[in-house]
Amino acid sequence: MLIYAVKRLSVAILVAMTVSLITFSMIYLSGDPAMALAGESASQSDIENIRRVYGYDQPIMVQYFSWLGNALTGNLGHSHYLKTEVSEVIFTRLPVTMTLGACALTFALTLSIPLGVVAAMRPNTLIDRIALTIAVIGQALPSFWFALMMIILFGVTLRWLPITGSDSWMNFIMPSVALGYYITPAVMRLTRAGMLEVLSSDYIRTARAKGLRPSVVLFKHALRNAIIPVVSLAAVQFGFMLGGSIVIETIFAINGLGQLAWESILRADLPMMQAIVLVLSCFYIVLTFLADLLNAFLDPRIRVS
Amino acid sequence: MADGTPIVLSDSPRDGVEPSPSQRLKKRAFSHMGFVIGGIVLLSIFAMAMLAPLIAPHDPYDQQLARKMIPPIWHDSAKASWEFPLGTDQFGRDYLSRLIHGSQISLLIGFAAMLISGVIGTVLGVAAGYFGGKVDMVVNFIITTRLSLPVVLVALAVVSLVGNSLWIVIWVLGLLIWDRFAVVMRSTTQQVRNLDYVAAAQAIGCSTWRIIFSEIMPNIVNNLIVVATVEMAHAIILEAALSFLGLGVQPPAPSWGLMISEGKNHILFDPWLVGIPGVALFVLILSINLLGDGIRDVTAPENRN
Repeated sequence: MLIYAVKRLSVAILVAMTVSLITFSMIYLSGDPAMALAGESASQSDIENIRRVYGYDQPIMVQYFSWLGNALTGNLGHSHYLKTEVSEVIFTRLPVTMTLGACALTFALTLSIPLGVVAAMRPNTLIDRIALTIAVIGQALPSFWFALMMIILFGVTLRWLPITGSDSWMNFIMPSVALGYYITPAVMRLTRAGMLEVLSSDYIRTARAKGLRPSVVLFKHALRNAIIPVVSLAAVQFGFMLGGSIVIETIFAINGLGQLAWESILRADLPMMQAIVLVLSCFYIVLTFLADLLNAFLDPRIRVS
Repeated sequence: MADGTPIVLSDSPRDGVEPSPSQRLKKRAFSHMGFVIGGIVLLSIFAMAMLAPLIAPHDPYDQQLARKMIPPIWHDSAKASWEFPLGTDQFGRDYLSRLIHGSQISLLIGFAAMLISGVIGTVLGVAAGYFGGKVDMVVNFIITTRLSLPVVLVALAVVSLVGNSLWIVIWVLGLLIWDRFAVVMRSTTQQVRNLDYVAAAQAIGCSTWRIIFSEIMPNIVNNLIVVATVEMAHAIILEAALSFLGLGVQPPAPSWGLMISEGKNHILFDPWLVGIPGVALFVLILSINLLGDGIRDVTAPENRN
């Protein structure tokens, strides 16, 4: 187990390094960053000045390592637009996005796991068909459009829920649904497939033959084993959701990392954009690392191979 | 797959001869509801895109403020007329014509981005699956790195830095969404390369290229097509989301995502401006997904008899 964990950790660190290199090189996508910062009316000496102050005159590798070194000590740079420390802004916004992500994940799991279980218990019946139809429709709904449709129905027509802001828990209902429904088809299909496989296994037959109550067999014996792959899928999807929350946060004006990212993109605030991409990527890397460890812990076959 | 296979008329089942594999494939395809419905709808949208200049009743770019915001015909309004069945937008452009022309953008972006990502993902996946060892390790590392970058965020950031045009959006999406191709092609190639006929080809001294193209590729092409449908739908949703946020296709192009974005300011009183392009997007993606699921079911070896 320890050997597996160390191997997996070194891969995670290498991936994080590569991601940081990609994120860093984003500065050079727009051409000369000093020129972009200085604006169109700047003189040549202004540009030179900016280049020196921001360190753009140094060799790229030197710049990268000083940026990386700062990032590792928690200094993610200085926002060109907000004139504050990037890390400060990010850490005030991060909890909002995390809350949104957690709510969305909760919604997705409470919808998809029971549906998957029921579908697997009665395969090829009406319930199974309905569950599959929900999955197919869910996969075809663009989340931003779904969000707008919910706003029209629950916000404008019925006036049940607030449309924008992030002040009360009511504000999080529609965004969580809009963010979470998209992953329900995948989780549901995996739960269904897992349950179908487990339910036809020998130990379930034994448990039934012992005369255990059906609910005990279903929850204690079957679901517990079928849920293992779902846990790691949920971890991966949680990471994807944080990246995708940019669209939802913009629509509902939720004061999280996603909206910050969008604002920074509009303001061409490069250090902020880089930091957000880096933070979200690293968060995903940590999540998948933990999910893999959990899987290896639960399933000995993984750590041996 | 199904429509690419020629039918040999002479061995029709009437002669008492067993139906040929291609006939059975055809029969399975045409009795699969999802495949048929998805295929017909997708073909219709494709025909609509091809014939857009001929069938669109008006010029999609023709702005006439005198006729702005005419509601669609099912609205109980004196202004609604059959001249503009789906109404007009805030600039007085015919909504139906914009919708028809918009299908060109969605299909072009979806198809082109899918081709780019398909080439990248297939090359990486097949190489990893066939050669294994170090190649596999490197490819796996590239896939993991790619997965840890948040797609929407990176696409938005890159488009905002590089500038946005139709082709930039296509390339950015194509360069980002190859991961599923790589993952699926890698595992399918791993399965195929251990089969006897590959070993036989190696034994008689076929070159690696020849084995990959004439032994491996034909046997993984079904999975490739299924992933291609998924990624085409994915690219279309992403383009719509980028355009919705204002960083995709630029106005006045009639991109469906852009139409939703332009309509969202009028969501309170004229929700159909958002509803109509959203439904179009939903139907297009649903039809691609149904077709993809259909191809998967029809070509799966376990469903063959």
